[in-house]
Amino acid sequence: MTKVPYEVYTEDVEALSVLSPDGEVINKDKMPALTDDQLKELMYRMVFTRTWDDRAVNLGRQGRLGFYAPVSGQEATMIGSEFALQKEDFVCPGYRDIPQLVWHGLPLYQAFLYSRGHQHGGQIPEGVNVLMPQIIIGAQILHATGIAMGFKLKKQQNVAITYTGDGGSSEGDFYEGLNFAGRFKLPVIFFVQNNGYAITTPFAKQTAAKSIAHKAVAAGIPGIKIDGMDVFAVISAVQEAAERARKGEGATLIEAVTYRFRPHSLSDDASKYRSKEEEGQWNEKDPIARLAKYLEKKGLWTEEDTLRVREEAKATVNEQIKKAEQTEKMTVPGLIDSMFEVTPKHLEEQKADFE
Amino acid sequence: MAQMNMKEAIRDAMRVELNRDPGVLIFGEDVGNVGGVFRVTEGLQKEFGEDRVFDTPLAESAIGGLAFGLGVQGFRPIAEIQFVGFIFEALDQIVVQAARLRWRSGGRFNAPVVFRTPFGGGVKAAELHTDSLEGLIAQSPGIKVVIPSNPYDAKGLLIASIRDNDPVFFMEHLNLYHAFRAEVPEGEYTVELGKANVVREGSDVSIITYGLMVHTATKAAEQLEKDGIKAEIIDLRTVSPIDIDTIVASVKKTNRAIVVQEAQKSSGVAAEVIAQINEKAILHLEAPVLRVAGPDTIYPFAQIEDTWIPTPARVIAAVKKVMEF
Repeated sequence: MTKVPYEVYTEDVEALSVLSPDGEVINKDKMPALTDDQLKELMYRMVFTRTWDDRAVNLGRQGRLGFYAPVSGQEATMIGSEFALQKEDFVCPGYRDIPQLVWHGLPLYQAFLYSRGHQHGGQIPEGVNVLMPQIIIGAQILHATGIAMGFKLKKQQNVAITYTGDGGSSEGDFYEGLNFAGRFKLPVIFFVQNNGYAITTPFAKQTAAKSIAHKAVAAGIPGIKIDGMDVFAVISAVQEAAERARKGEGATLIEAVTYRFRPHSLSDDASKYRSKEEEGQWNEKDPIARLAKYLEKKGLWTEEDTLRVREEAKATVNEQIKKAEQTEKMTVPGLIDSMFEVTPKHLEEQKADFE
Repeated sequence: MAQMNMKEAIRDAMRVELNRDPGVLIFGEDVGNVGGVFRVTEGLQKEFGEDRVFDTPLAESAIGGLAFGLGVQGFRPIAEIQFVGFIFEALDQIVVQAARLRWRSGGRFNAPVVFRTPFGGGVKAAELHTDSLEGLIAQSPGIKVVIPSNPYDAKGLLIASIRDNDPVFFMEHLNLYHAFRAEVPEGEYTVELGKANVVREGSDVSIITYGLMVHTATKAAEQLEKDGIKAEIIDLRTVSPIDIDTIVASVKKTNRAIVVQEAQKSSGVAAEVIAQINEKAILHLEAPVLRVAGPDTIYPFAQIEDTWIPTPARVIAAVKKVMEF
């Protein structure tokens, strides 16, 4: 009888890395085939998103945004993973995953409206395949399995991707989603952005598993751990997972090890649970700086390009937040009318109290 | 016209809709090959294939999430939760996710999902198999709650639920699956959601009820008639939304009412019915509206459930109390 190699599953696994911190490709086999224009677009989106995040934090402090979860540090996981998808693929996000929605087609002013608690923020335009950010940790993982089953039944070669964090990987819905996807061989990618903290709880207190990627084993699907500060590793892993899914080979779990440079949300004080030293170490792995080094060596990017994109992003954010602020406010009658396709009589009566 | 029991009528509704609309899917634990623990979906997998009718792994939240995602993709899933007490595992997907999708997305997405579940006592089932949890779901905005009392309604209400573009929670009383046969039309027909049915006309007191309790109330009404009291019985059919117009019309005629439900007494459907009667017809009342219900305890183990569940005698006692007020 074959001995169960249990020790294999209790050891940590090495994270896939393609780009070294000084901008060298160290894993040519896994380097995604990107044109110069695509490389520049990728950098553009990452710089744009960092600037928008800076502005969003300020807008939040000024009271012009509502709940906002900062994204700086996670640009490689967010933008790289979306970059690897097709337009028809479906994005099922967690609360922090706004950049994926915007780069997949959600207008930025709607993302701001969502943050400001306006229903129009969730009114995704037709043809944009994204759900609204999920607040319950893990529910979106199951939605992605359902959406993926829809693709499969329609014989459409698309994938659903869903995002959660290291905390989300402890939820029952996470295990149920992985198991369903394995059982039905669904075209879905479970993308865990392990940024080290579930609000304040560190990864070491989250699980006894050495990696989240290990958790795929029990569901019978492949699990991979990648360097989440390395945008090429992200694109490579997602492309590979999407390709498998499109060929009918089923789901993949990707654990991307990353870091959020800012607190969990604007009301969270990260200094209470993280050290300056730790933050400094992760700053050295900044995904944007790393990509910039690579592009500068290739002559595709300069400091001036970064400054230009920052200015453009600031102007866009200003324009889009104004558009959000000028959007007509929701009303209670409007809210009542959006509960059902046909408003039942008792709700019609309740509406009258607000008209 | 065929004679069917409620189980066969529910199965027939699903067969009609599976034939009519390729987007209709049925899934849940054990619903495929064997047709569910109560055989409600028996034969449907053989007839429509494993892509349309299929077993899932044992995980209620995932069944709910699968239904949500398939609804987003334009399918019309019928998700079976094997026993009512297991809905707690799927409550987030039912009352948080599906019930608020249309609102959250400002109408961009909807969840045309039916969650089917057996419920109801008197069959000596295991713990958590029988509780009446309709009040819990009915309190959640964005989802309709349907409870048929007979085979004709069951088929028509289920077809209407499947065609509804909003989520519906469809509850099937265990004690009615095989209770009796009735004439059920073949092919398609619908019974409107949100519309109550006056199942027995009377002039002295209105008995407002639903599900198995329609039959308990009928037995009571037959006895009361012998004592010269003519009870009108209203079968709600949909406990959310409640058809208050039919109730008010009846109360205006009888000036007295009681509400009968199997669920625990407090904060449920009966309380809501009485609140609405107070809002719309209080000046027509000659007596307070009373509730006949289970006591506010945990649903009991099988040994005493026949005493716990409202009986015709308790209904008669409540009617006499409002008559003598």
